[in-house]
Amino acid sequence: MTPNLKWKALFILAVILGCILFLIGLPKFPPTSLADIKDNFAHQIKLGLDLQGGTHLILQVQVQEAIAQDTDQTVQRLTDALRAKNISYTEIRRIDDTHILVRGIDPAGLNTFRDIINAQYSNIWDLSAAAGQDGGYTLSLRDAAKAQIQESTMNLSLETIERRINALGLTEPTIQLHGRNDNEILVQLPGEGDPTRAKAVIQEAGQLELRLVEDPNVYTSQADYMQKHGGILPPNTELVPGTASRTVNPADAGEAWYVLQRSNIITGRDLRTAVENRSVNNPGSYQVNFTLSPDAAKRFGPFTEANKGRQMAIVLEKRVYSAPVINGRIDDSGEITGSFSQQSAHDLAIVLSSGALPASIKYLEERTVGPSLGADSIRHGVQASVLSLLVVMIFMLFYYRLSGANAVLALILNLVILLAALAMFGAVLTLPGIAGVILTIGMGVDSNVLVFERIREELRNGKSAASAVQAGFDKAFLTIIDTHVTTVVSAFFLFLFGTGPIRGFAITLTIGLIANVFTAIYVSKTIFQYHLAKMDRQAELSI
Amino acid sequence: MIELFKQPNIDWMGKAKYFFGLSLLLLIIGWTSVFLKGGPAHGGLPYSIDFKGGTNVDVRFAHPPNVDQLRSALSQQGLGASEIQAISDDAIPGAKANEVVISLEQKGQTDQALDTSKAQVLTALNAIYGQSNSSHSDFNAATPASLTAFLTTRDPLLLTTNAGDRYQQLAKQILQYRDKSSDGVLTNFDDLSQVAGVTPQVLASLKDGYALGPFTIRNVEIVGPKVGAELRLQAVYVTLYALAGMLVYIAFRFEWVYGAAAVLAVFHDVLITLGFFSLLHFEISLTVIAALLTLVGYSMNDTIVIFDRIRENNRLLRRESFADVVNKSINQTLSRTILTSGLTFLTVLVLFLMGGQVLRAFSFALVVGIVVGTYSSFGIAAPLVVAWVNWRGQGAAAGAGPAAGSKARGSDVAPGRLAPAGRRS
Repeated sequence: MTPNLKWKALFILAVILGCILFLIGLPKFPPTSLADIKDNFAHQIKLGLDLQGGTHLILQVQVQEAIAQDTDQTVQRLTDALRAKNISYTEIRRIDDTHILVRGIDPAGLNTFRDIINAQYSNIWDLSAAAGQDGGYTLSLRDAAKAQIQESTMNLSLETIERRINALGLTEPTIQLHGRNDNEILVQLPGEGDPTRAKAVIQEAGQLELRLVEDPNVYTSQADYMQKHGGILPPNTELVPGTASRTVNPADAGEAWYVLQRSNIITGRDLRTAVENRSVNNPGSYQVNFTLSPDAAKRFGPFTEANKGRQMAIVLEKRVYSAPVINGRIDDSGEITGSFSQQSAHDLAIVLSSGALPASIKYLEERTVGPSLGADSIRHGVQASVLSLLVVMIFMLFYYRLSGANAVLALILNLVILLAALAMFGAVLTLPGIAGVILTIGMGVDSNVLVFERIREELRNGKSAASAVQAGFDKAFLTIIDTHVTTVVSAFFLFLFGTGPIRGFAITLTIGLIANVFTAIYVSKTIFQYHLAKMDRQAELSI
Repeated sequence: MIELFKQPNIDWMGKAKYFFGLSLLLLIIGWTSVFLKGGPAHGGLPYSIDFKGGTNVDVRFAHPPNVDQLRSALSQQGLGASEIQAISDDAIPGAKANEVVISLEQKGQTDQALDTSKAQVLTALNAIYGQSNSSHSDFNAATPASLTAFLTTRDPLLLTTNAGDRYQQLAKQILQYRDKSSDGVLTNFDDLSQVAGVTPQVLASLKDGYALGPFTIRNVEIVGPKVGAELRLQAVYVTLYALAGMLVYIAFRFEWVYGAAAVLAVFHDVLITLGFFSLLHFEISLTVIAALLTLVGYSMNDTIVIFDRIRENNRLLRRESFADVVNKSINQTLSRTILTSGLTFLTVLVLFLMGGQVLRAFSFALVVGIVVGTYSSFGIAAPLVVAWVNWRGQGAAAGAGPAAGSKARGSDVAPGRLAPAGRRS
């Protein structure tokens, strides 16, 4: 044996041992029992949701809401600024999510108006004359600014959802941005059989406000109020729906409309903690107690002191939950009552302490795989893999005899490297991924067959065993590279396009193909060379 | 030495017109079905929920369900339009149909409807099969967390130390038995006594606290309508991108004609496979698209192997006509082509027969695609190159067209007849 061959053999052996160690020798080393090996293997090869069971949700953040909200705020600030400078105008309003129309500006104040825009808004808004509007201007939100709002909205949503899911105590959730539209989030909850509750908690807006009640009376409808007050609301107030009695379930109580001040004293952001507790006044039901951040408490103390005797509404998701009378100074705590069950109070506390979502959320996709289906899929996948491996092996041994054994060895090594690489990259094995493994078996032998057929041809042409082997590998090499590249090209596009299981398939296929080049060419050739070195020069090659 | 073919000598190019005829026939049959069933966008190609949106609820029952009863219960929930399809793990449909998929189509429904549809299906199921004794929770719906909590509270083993961990382990084993050994629906609590660690006390407390529901939800899929339409378009794009990528690669390694012929042949494979999907009503899902793309890569393999050989032979056999060179090349690679395609075909056939219903459509695409793909590499791709070379050769000889004339370099090397590339020696 030449030294070169010795090194090759050692290198191959090292790769095999490394892969095997990685697959079954970690993290518990050394594995002392079959159970250890099983545990290690299960730890290294992570299963996709379709195999282990669980829920996969794709949700869409309604980013345009956050953008529209930002535009609304700009309208408000601009209005205030023009008023402060005493510039008259006909109207300022939002046309759509990203455009504001300013109409009928007093020509005398036009320069001041431009100055204001240039000084404060020009880095975010573009000013242009509005078409068909005399003395009218359009402010358009710049794309960069829009993208920035979009990004911060997505990040905030992601963080909020993450806090909520973690608070629910689900195991190993995945929460990440998803897809090409930049407004989708993927949530994966392994082992979760029924996602109804998690879905509700994720989707809850979590908008809490405390606002002063302007009118101690409640009204049965908006029309009811308008009728009693001649259709006029006091300035800076609005009608907000709620329930008549604060201890009755919202679902079965009559509607009640409260007249509330527009501005709020406290919002969800001011909360420090929120916890569910048994209700004192209403045994058997639960309430949520919250505490305020130090900053908010500094505002809240004096405020409650000053407004003693008035009612303060607790508004959650734009509905009045209760409107208790302020009996005295309150510094940093409050409660939300309503007939909550323990779980609904707990969920509300999670939502409140995780903060409000910056925009509402829609579910685009929900997939739940039950554990028995996952187990079935694994069983089918493994059975099919083993059977196809056997079929291919038996055929190769039968057709190519001793050289077939070479191919079988290469094939097994191919699979070992494939699995180890999957584990190393932390790739997830999915059901289509298992199909990818099976396909690798089928396509893996293709390279061997190409080489072997070539060697046979060379032998028929009268070459010696050694030179036939050499020529066979040389001539088949580029063909093998060509065939592999085209398949990798399609796997690459598949990876770009697909999600979850499909990506798993593309990754498995690609790794399998790369491993195949190594095993079917390098390893297989080394085995041949080893065999040729030992073999009698005149003997025939078993192929 | 065992050999499939001993020096085959078949005139493939002479039979090219039959191959073209066969392909045309297959295309016509498949796509007549597509268009008779409403065209590719409206039901002609049976899209799965991934592409059309809607709700699928996969329910497995302990005993074969009464489909009529199920249908009427669904109608009562306003889901009369739902489709109930019995499925089984065996490739032969209807063998043992304990399992049904209830599908609701998504036609202009709102987001709320999307959410409630699942709840309505559950209500309908409970109406027929629901537990009369509702104070007991359904064991077949228990999760590892809920069962662990139950066992820890009941403490049937009177554990003093480490109770939480031990019960968690036990719960896992019990549920594993339910999901693996009894297919997700346990019908008799006493079966659990086979599970290690389940003592009569544990069994008693399970019987006391749980009831056995007659069904289990195996799989729920809810896809909004927007997602589906978007994906459908993307699937078409990604296939075209992959084809374009290959065209460029083969053009780079060989010549443009070869790239074009190979891509046309592969495109032909995809179209015929889709035709079969329409004909036999297999659903086209995301995984099927994955299979089709794999197919695109795979059937390219055979074509490349043949093209490679054509390039090699072109240098060696300069005296022979191009068609003869191609014939010889196909003949020389025939046993390799048949062997590898045969072996891959066997593996996907195993997958088709044994991969379970989740992978059925996926493996069907591969089964059909591998046969068609292998055939098209010698039946379509190679004859296309020959046809082109002949056409250009005649054109050059007759002096028809300056482009053809200027491209004909060298004396006996017609354009498209790969000149020695110099890449290999």
